Amino acid sequence: MTTTLHTPPVSTSGDKADARVVRRRLGPGRRIRFAFWIGPALALALWAVGSASGVIKPAILSAPWDVVIAFEDQWVNHDLLGNILSSLERSLIGLSIGVVTGAVLAVFSGLSRAGESLIDGPIQIKRSVPTLALIPLFIAWFGIGHEMKIITIALISMVPIYIHTHNGLRGIDGRYAELAETIGISRGEFVRHVVLPGALPGFLLGMRFAVTSSLLGLVVVEQYNAVAGIGHMITLAEQYGQTDVIVVGLVIYGVFGYCADSAVRLIARRVLSWRQTLEG
Amino acid sequence: MAADSGGLTTAAAVRVRNLHRSFNKDGGVLNGLDLDIAPGEFVALIGRSGTGKSTLLRALAGLDRDVAGHGRIEVPASVSVVFQDSRLLPWKRILDNVIFGLRGADAADRGRQALAEVGLAGRERAWPYQLSGGEQQRAALARSLVREPQLLLADEPFGALDALTRIRMHALLRKLCEAHRPAVLLVTHDVDEAIVLADRVILLDAGVVDTDVRVELTSRSRSDAGFAGLRTLLLDRLGVAADAG
Repeated sequence: MTTTLHTPPVSTSGDKADARVVRRRLGPGRRIRFAFWIGPALALALWAVGSASGVIKPAILSAPWDVVIAFEDQWVNHDLLGNILSSLERSLIGLSIGVVTGAVLAVFSGLSRAGESLIDGPIQIKRSVPTLALIPLFIAWFGIGHEMKIITIALISMVPIYIHTHNGLRGIDGRYAELAETIGISRGEFVRHVVLPGALPGFLLGMRFAVTSSLLGLVVVEQYNAVAGIGHMITLAEQYGQTDVIVVGLVIYGVFGYCADSAVRLIARRVLSWRQTLEG
Repeated sequence: MAADSGGLTTAAAVRVRNLHRSFNKDGGVLNGLDLDIAPGEFVALIGRSGTGKSTLLRALAGLDRDVAGHGRIEVPASVSVVFQDSRLLPWKRILDNVIFGLRGADAADRGRQALAEVGLAGRERAWPYQLSGGEQQRAALARSLVREPQLLLADEPFGALDALTRIRMHALLRKLCEAHRPAVLLVTHDVDEAIVLADRVILLDAGVVDTDVRVELTSRSRSDAGFAGLRTLLLDRLGVAADAG
């Protein structure tokens, strides 16, 4: 083959009738099936092999099968489903409030200089104060009940939504705003047709952080005076030294987080199909 | 403030009087420019870089609110702008881009019709990135014309296209303008393009009209003697020897 390419081509098929020049692929390439499961399945396999061979001692980390037994015991005897639903409810309510607030604040602060000067500073200050350090204050303000937990989760998930939506919004090409001005649309239409779709990639990235931070908040707030929830279950197990039950809780958190993140990524792939990126 | 735009008061579609615009204190980009464009008239605006072509177009489009200056501008109520880049919103399908901001129940039908007019029937559901550069610019043209503008402002709309596509776009733009009859102000670097398309060619220099010629040719072919004469005249005014162009 005589070519004057700058990188050496890789020849593929031996078929003479279809001799093509193929460049080495630099992007991630085509999707593989069940990609979603491969990493977690491998981690589970390592855990199982480690436990079976005795490398991972039960005192360090319970074996997967012991966790399954503990799971069954919790499910049958200790209302595990109730705990899961209670935790899910808390994080969903908190997350929803946080996402809506974060997005609305980001749009106001992103589109108006007055909004920016009012909103952006306080959020950056809030961001540098760890929310978990605020919990004692929240307990004093809102009591130790449901309200405090929801507010904490909402605040934790609001920050990444705000930061990434704001960043995505400010990154919209100014020429699109100019086009919208020549077309003569209202500010509401501009927000709906240009700002929101343009900020959507940023918002969805913020969403990925927000769902996992809402679970993080859950772990902490459920240690305070909770009567139900996964965090409550872990706190009890800690007191009784039941490592296997703690791991049940951790696995549930992990599964929640992974499923929620995957759901966001799946949605992102659907709604961002107008982009031509390496995501594919 | 820069723009003093008002409604149409006379037979002219565009009336500009004593227009000044400057980006810094040292000197103006537009220095007392006067210009009239009749309804349905196709005007090409040429000139060397930095002579104020785009500044004038942006002033007419009302996109120069941050530029210092004064003067009177009258433009029709309905103005459309075609930019050098298509400015299709990447997150909207082609049809939705064409009818973006358009009101009325028949907007989608009008959009489809406009797309058919520019030869993009069947691409309504495509994303902008799936179109070639020429197709994107045709979609942008459809987006402008579906609004039935009385004035079409085009800022080097074919500047980024290849030579063959550009020739096709010239024919398309002539056809569309003859069908819709908007007044047109086309900013271009290309003298040939100006002569091929326009009824009148205006050459800007130092922020005022330097040359204003009517294109009265029997044929718009480049081999026409009148074409060559006009080309030589304009290139001469631009300070370029005709044979070098």
